[in-house]
Amino acid sequence: MFASFMINTWAVATIVAPVAGVVGFFVVLRGSAFPAHAIPKGAFAGAAGAALLGISTLLGLAVFSLLGALGIGFLGRRARQDVATALALVMMLALGAAFLSRTTEYEPEIYSLLFGEVLGVSTTQLLPVAALGAACIAAIIVLYRPLSLSSAVPEIAEARGVSGRRIEICFLIVVALATAMTVPVVGALLIFSLMIGPPAAARSLTSRPVLAMLLSVVIALVTVWVAIAASYEVNWPVGFFVGTLSALSYAAGRGWAAWQRSHATAAAAVVPHAVARSA
Amino acid sequence: MHQLLTWIVEPGFLASAPVRTAALIGGIVAVVSAIAGVFTVMRGQSFAGHALGDVAAAGGSGALLIGLTPLTGFLGLGIIGAGTMDLIGVQRVRGRDLATGIVLGAAIGLTALFLYLDTTASATTGATQQVLFGSIFTTTSTTIPVITAFSLLATGVIAVIWRPLLLATVSPDIAAARGVPVRLVGVAYLVTLAIAVALSSLTIGAILSTALLIGPAATALRLTRRTGTALLAACVTGVAATWAGILLAYDSYYWGAAREGLPVSFFIVAVIFTAYLLAGCRKAARPRDAAPADDAARDQAAA
Repeated sequence: MFASFMINTWAVATIVAPVAGVVGFFVVLRGSAFPAHAIPKGAFAGAAGAALLGISTLLGLAVFSLLGALGIGFLGRRARQDVATALALVMMLALGAAFLSRTTEYEPEIYSLLFGEVLGVSTTQLLPVAALGAACIAAIIVLYRPLSLSSAVPEIAEARGVSGRRIEICFLIVVALATAMTVPVVGALLIFSLMIGPPAAARSLTSRPVLAMLLSVVIALVTVWVAIAASYEVNWPVGFFVGTLSALSYAAGRGWAAWQRSHATAAAAVVPHAVARSA
Repeated sequence: MHQLLTWIVEPGFLASAPVRTAALIGGIVAVVSAIAGVFTVMRGQSFAGHALGDVAAAGGSGALLIGLTPLTGFLGLGIIGAGTMDLIGVQRVRGRDLATGIVLGAAIGLTALFLYLDTTASATTGATQQVLFGSIFTTTSTTIPVITAFSLLATGVIAVIWRPLLLATVSPDIAAARGVPVRLVGVAYLVTLAIAVALSSLTIGAILSTALLIGPAATALRLTRRTGTALLAACVTGVAATWAGILLAYDSYYWGAAREGLPVSFFIVAVIFTAYLLAGCRKAARPRDAAPADDAARDQAAA
């Protein structure tokens, strides 16, 4: 499991998970799950286009995920965001279908772009992933105050001069960056699971934002590590484990929160017991 | 004149059996999607409408594995997905996005596994592409009765719950005050949506399923604020876009020297997208501007 050919896998997963955990925290807070699904899925068309033109997949993904983010932002000016997202997504996918009809791309390559190929990460992929990851985290740190404010209380943010629309576009671009870096590794569809399940679980455990973000990173890391280990042992696709573990972590978080609520009125003696149970 | 006509419609278009089947199935699915779509757009459930297609597709790839028909898998998991979304909290606007996301994430994980097992267990090549894109030209005419039956069922349910659904969509509070079981209506609608989306993503593919659900409805709601008119306009837009797309895809085979057509899904989406943008121009030209929901509310109050 820790053989030399697996080292890159562990390294890349350890970079991807914190980014997904941090960006995902705001995805859940802002209710942006649909864009977070649409941008990676639509960016897949960029990979197909890159294959057609013979340029780097990462470039194709980056261009299309940025186009997707801007497209959602542009269409969203005059329509509900979910409608704008749906239309931008189908347009990108339609382009992807047109590109694919022109290439002789192998079926397994499409599969790995969609569902990830963590077990075949090369050392040359490591640096761009790390750089984009650092850029995402840096952007979130810079945006942290206005982003939190406009996510939690949009009216107050507007009153203080934080433009909701501008923040929305900036945030979508961060999601696009996170997408471009993670798609070749964990796949267009699974980065979404990782951006939703762990942060949602973390938010049901605590209402303090920084703690929730840290928890979200930890849960995302554990999810990815367990998924890789399980995938290595059972030889099933890593995407299956990431997807189901993310959903299970959310279910566990909700269950734990409900259990705590129902015992909130009970004696304080129950609490240490509960902590022990959860550990 | 004849030359112009043959230039628009390449020879053999109307005589081709796959084209006629595609036009018929595409037309039926476009109508059902448009009807369900108007409520989906008004209720702000586009994400669920898109996600249910992916969830249903997971059922499709799972059904291949245990030897059930894809239709059973699509419908089964679509309905289970809708139920789970409701359980997690799709009925509250704030929880809606998250509930859909969690169900979708889990379904994608399952799809990854099922597709992997499908391709290793048997030589089901093209399964990934089929799930992601689908194709209107690969549907056979034998599926028409089943599709028609389920389409009628979905349309029938919407017709039956029409009044309470409209009221619950426009103003859940007033609906609740008037004794409308808002949550029950919501579940009934979501299950209907799941059936419609499962059918469309099975027959015409995931891209077109979402495109035909959201595109024509959003276009229609930009043009008119009356729900009834919007429904009609959405149906017309959906069917017209489908047929125009099929025609263009057929013609595109003759465009280049290479004799390679472009996929039909590309053309249908392009037509719908253009229609949506054009409808936006018209709306921008009119100063009177209000949310479509306002007019629906007035309809409801007048009734």
